[in-house]
Amino acid sequence: MTTEAGSETEVKENAEESAAQPDQSEKTKQEFEEVANAEGEEKEKEKEKDGKGISRYLPTWFKKQKSQSQTSPTKEDQSTEEPASKTAEEEESPVPEVNGHAEEVEEKEQVKLDQAKETEAESHSNASADTEPAKEEKVDENVEKSSDETKETKEVEGVEEEKKEKGQVEAEREGGDNQTSIFQSPLRLVRKTKMKVVVCHITLLDGTDFTCEVEKRAKGQYLFFKVCEHLNLLEKDYFGLTYKDNHEEKCWLDPTKEIKRQIRSNNWQFAFNVKFYPPDPSLLTEDITRYLLCLQLREDVASGRLPCSFVTHALLGSYTLQAEFGDYEPDQPRPLDFINQLTFAPNQNKEMEEKILELHKSHRGMTPAQADLQFLENAKKLSMYGVDLHHAKDSESVDIMLGVCANGLLVYKDRLRINRFAWPKILKISYKRNNFYIKIRPGETEQFESTVGFKLQNHRSAKKLWKVCVENHSFFRLNTPEPPTKARFLTLGSKFRYSGRTQTQTRLASSLIDRPAPNFERTSSKRISRSLDGAPAISITEAGRDMAENGHEPHLELHSDSKVKEMDLSLGDVEAMPPQSPGCSEPGHSQDHDKTQDEVLKHQASISQLKRSFMEAPPPSPPQLNQWENRLTSSPASVRVQLQHVVDVPQTEAASPDNTVSETKEPAKTTKVEIEETVVIQEVSKATKPGLVTIATSCADDASPAEEQETQEERVRAEEEVVAAEEASERMTESVSSESESEDEAEYHADISVSISQTQIPEEMEEEVELEEEDEDKGVEEQVSALDAPSLPAEVSHPTEETIAEEEQFIMEETDVEEEKGSEQEVEESTEDPMVTPDEAPDSLPPPEENRVVTPKEEEEPKVNGEALLVEVEPRPQVICCSEPPVVKTEMVTISDTFAAQKTEIATKEVPIVHTETKTITYEAAQLDSNGDGEPGVLMTAQTITSESLCTTTTTHITKTLKGGLSETRIEKRIVITGDCDIDHDQN
Amino acid sequence: MANMCPYGRFTHAVVRGVPETFGKAVGDENREVTVDLAKAQRQFGCLTGALRQKVGLQLIEIPPDPELPESWRIEDVAVIQGDTALITRPFKQQRRSEAEAVRRVMSELNLTVVEMGGEQGDSGGATLEGSDVLFTGREFFVGVSSHTNRRGAEVLADTFRDFAVSTVPVCGGARLKDVCSMGGPGTIIASNTDGAKKTLRMMEQLTDHHYEVLTVPEESAANCIYVKGPSKRDFLLHRPAEECPESVSAFQKLQDYTLLPTAASEASKLGASLSSLCLLINRKHTHF
Repeated sequence: MTTEAGSETEVKENAEESAAQPDQSEKTKQEFEEVANAEGEEKEKEKEKDGKGISRYLPTWFKKQKSQSQTSPTKEDQSTEEPASKTAEEEESPVPEVNGHAEEVEEKEQVKLDQAKETEAESHSNASADTEPAKEEKVDENVEKSSDETKETKEVEGVEEEKKEKGQVEAEREGGDNQTSIFQSPLRLVRKTKMKVVVCHITLLDGTDFTCEVEKRAKGQYLFFKVCEHLNLLEKDYFGLTYKDNHEEKCWLDPTKEIKRQIRSNNWQFAFNVKFYPPDPSLLTEDITRYLLCLQLREDVASGRLPCSFVTHALLGSYTLQAEFGDYEPDQPRPLDFINQLTFAPNQNKEMEEKILELHKSHRGMTPAQADLQFLENAKKLSMYGVDLHHAKDSESVDIMLGVCANGLLVYKDRLRINRFAWPKILKISYKRNNFYIKIRPGETEQFESTVGFKLQNHRSAKKLWKVCVENHSFFRLNTPEPPTKARFLTLGSKFRYSGRTQTQTRLASSLIDRPAPNFERTSSKRISRSLDGAPAISITEAGRDMAENGHEPHLELHSDSKVKEMDLSLGDVEAMPPQSPGCSEPGHSQDHDKTQDEVLKHQASISQLKRSFMEAPPPSPPQLNQWENRLTSSPASVRVQLQHVVDVPQTEAASPDNTVSETKEPAKTTKVEIEETVVIQEVSKATKPGLVTIATSCADDASPAEEQETQEERVRAEEEVVAAEEASERMTESVSSESESEDEAEYHADISVSISQTQIPEEMEEEVELEEEDEDKGVEEQVSALDAPSLPAEVSHPTEETIAEEEQFIMEETDVEEEKGSEQEVEESTEDPMVTPDEAPDSLPPPEENRVVTPKEEEEPKVNGEALLVEVEPRPQVICCSEPPVVKTEMVTISDTFAAQKTEIATKEVPIVHTETKTITYEAAQLDSNGDGEPGVLMTAQTITSESLCTTTTTHITKTLKGGLSETRIEKRIVITGDCDIDHDQN
Repeated sequence: MANMCPYGRFTHAVVRGVPETFGKAVGDENREVTVDLAKAQRQFGCLTGALRQKVGLQLIEIPPDPELPESWRIEDVAVIQGDTALITRPFKQQRRSEAEAVRRVMSELNLTVVEMGGEQGDSGGATLEGSDVLFTGREFFVGVSSHTNRRGAEVLADTFRDFAVSTVPVCGGARLKDVCSMGGPGTIIASNTDGAKKTLRMMEQLTDHHYEVLTVPEESAANCIYVKGPSKRDFLLHRPAEECPESVSAFQKLQDYTLLPTAASEASKLGASLSSLCLLINRKHTHF
């Protein structure tokens, strides 16, 4: 449940000021450091602080009240600094690292240096009893200087002033960063000399505050891993970090994006929360994970977010007591003395407390871990367990609640469930402005799919809901092994996707956890002591009820443009089975014998990456996706990959074109048309093989003469959506929009709706993939080479991610583009993957001009790191091709070993899944500049795609015409199913 | 959660005798039917006998009240789950006083009695009858029917917070329990009328769980009483072959069940059925 966070955390902080203080001090120190470059200045500061005397020791808020200054929350926290604690903190706090793995290596040294500096600075500060001393970072002197100057002047004025100053300074820094970003690529920017470090405060589930430093441009993942490391948590995929946006709504921190761009404020304040409530907590591997889940649920229950009956409240409370305090001891001072300081329920009363104690007695002998498990076993049965509620209105403007959970989307009116859409029933999830849509698979008796729309409070709410849906679907749905006959497909129209591991993956990974059960301290001692101290015994606050993340704030978007993001879900969800060794397990282990082909493929997460994810802070799995995305995005034409089984990332976005589009923004919609066809991608993983096999066939892309591309995706099999030009345009912007949330709120442009149709292709096609692959390889040499390149997958992934980010920035900010390019290049260099970079770089550069028709190629990416990477063929944007031999054959590629080193070959023959032929005829206006207008009435492309599988023959005709800036795309599909296949659609 | 256990474990049954005014309810639109009081009482006796002697439940019989001609339809008056009894607000005004005696019994059984009216206050319009409530052990379905409205369902949802409460439409003046009932912990018995199918489809759409559906050809056969008695055996009280000749074979598909054909033809004439005649309670709670 995303909503609860903010107020709670704040409250907790207050409660725990003492704990928080050091952090804050650090923070302040950091700020100072950044600000103050000159030592002299520092000295001044120190003096000032000394001068502050007692005031330092007063809680900030106290000061504030006096001063009446409007300080930001962060400042409030500032309190006296305790040198000792401070130093300790420093030591504890992880060294800021760069996001990129590659970078890490390079920068570790730096980091060390920095650390040393910091420590020095600290000692210094300790001596002076103040914080500012560090000067490690002298970045952006220009910007900072000004700030410094101002600061100095103000410092004189007084402490409070200083605080205000800090806020300003931060703001300035922000500005500075932006500027710098222009020149530097986000990734590598932060080279050794300039690491801006920011102190993050994370409220943990036990109510304590964790402080750590991160480099300012760090991605969410970095911070998240830091926290997990602090918690000693390995099964981290169920968790996430939340922050409060400008509207005081809780949002999930996107691990793949820079933190700074998401929080959009100076308040580096986060909360660690459960993001995906495991439907069966007993399947969690480690007690510590269950414990954390318990903490979250206790809070959920106590806040009323998770409603339950009196008896259940009592029972859960009794397990909490047992877990925290052990057996009921009649001799002890009556537990009731403290029990009333614990919050078990929103409407807790004496009767309940007595009942809790009564039940507590019956738990004698139960270990804390057992008590936690019992707690969870009861909590999980609650009907609202794991349901994330969002306020909405239905088509008749009746107030309802939409609940997102592991199984799908629930519709509540008041407390009553009035409808439910299981994930398998949902074909597409999209939002447009403040409207949220789901497209429902037709029932047995219905012929057409229907779309259900809901109105949310505002655009942000709709987007947030959409994202939550995307993530939940990915996490839960894609795990579920589907019978091989049904392939499910998930397509996201926007860039946003769930980047983490799916539940299946995480379970697999956690099954490989091999470490002695970590010792962890339960909160009981803390709580008790606290209660003794008279401080609030429990950190649970009432904040919970803000289920309405959706934002009550009337935030209207003025833009006429609508963003549309869509997610297509088709039945064949693929599960990725990438075996991951959580910590140290060796690659060899992770095979799933059980998994069907479907399962295996899906994510081409490289195992090694997964490993890494476990091991390292840097984002593991996501990178893969990112890569994929990047490629997709990078190529002018969106590439659509169809995986038989689920492909998460099938979405393509034309990055470069998009960029241009984004600039042009709205007009673009009409003008841009992309047709993308991807015929079939199948991923087959053999049970024995850990590796994932993915075969992606990307088909022709058309660049619209105008500059824009629309991608249409068709699914051979399942549905396709014809994306109207509008949507396409929207989609293009979409990527932008996704970022926009973090970065630009103002810019919401139409998003491209991406619909990916999925085809299920029976597995029977055997095609020579290899041959085609070769072709593809040629075509895609870059990518392939990249893949082949010895570079570690992780590294690769990194760059890709970053590049993606950059691209996004692109979209977002036109000015940034150049910078980004630069950055990308830098990235490439840094990453040591020349191969990769070249691809991306070109991609990243958005030459909108060209359209490309890509004949379907099949790519296999075999195995960069033992993992199969999906290689998509992405045409350079400008290439206009008539690809003739559009025969795409998809086959099953089997990689014997998933692990990087091991996999030698991909056997395409073994499981022929789909045979697809695609013919694409493209007539393109000569050059499409990014700006070029489509020529009216020009037939852009005509494509025919035929795919045959054992059971089905699918013929798709795609015709695009440009008329006066409007692109019209007509897609006709005929699917003949002879076998069991489910899909039969005619679409236009 | 605390109260969740597989459906069907009951220890007590509460029934109310058939008064002489049986079939003479005021305001009954359709009751031109002639009922046989003696037969009705005999059938009632058979039912209670089966519950007590065959199934092994503790039977609590509230004496009939001639002033309350429909008081024998005790199912309508309360919804019981776990140790909570929600005293409902029947659609007909004159039936609301039936709750009196039932409330007393609930208290004696140490159930937590929740009053629907009280909770309502002003909201007044809420009506709820137990025959529109299907509890499956995992969740509630409330049929929004001629006698039960959405508001009533909300009160129920507020009372039993542990469970999902879904509303489903019930067509044609029927009650939810007329078209379906529980036939086991994960089994729903439903008739195959169009209305029942529609309702069932909605239930399938709304549930997170999977239920086996046993379809019976006759509508009246869809109402059964399933109890997993103290002896741990599965008992199913269903309409006998004389009343539902075609459905008996369907019941025999239930493996290892003890089938107890129980007549309810007279009650049936008044729109009631087997389950209408009793309230089932489980006083042995196991937390797990």
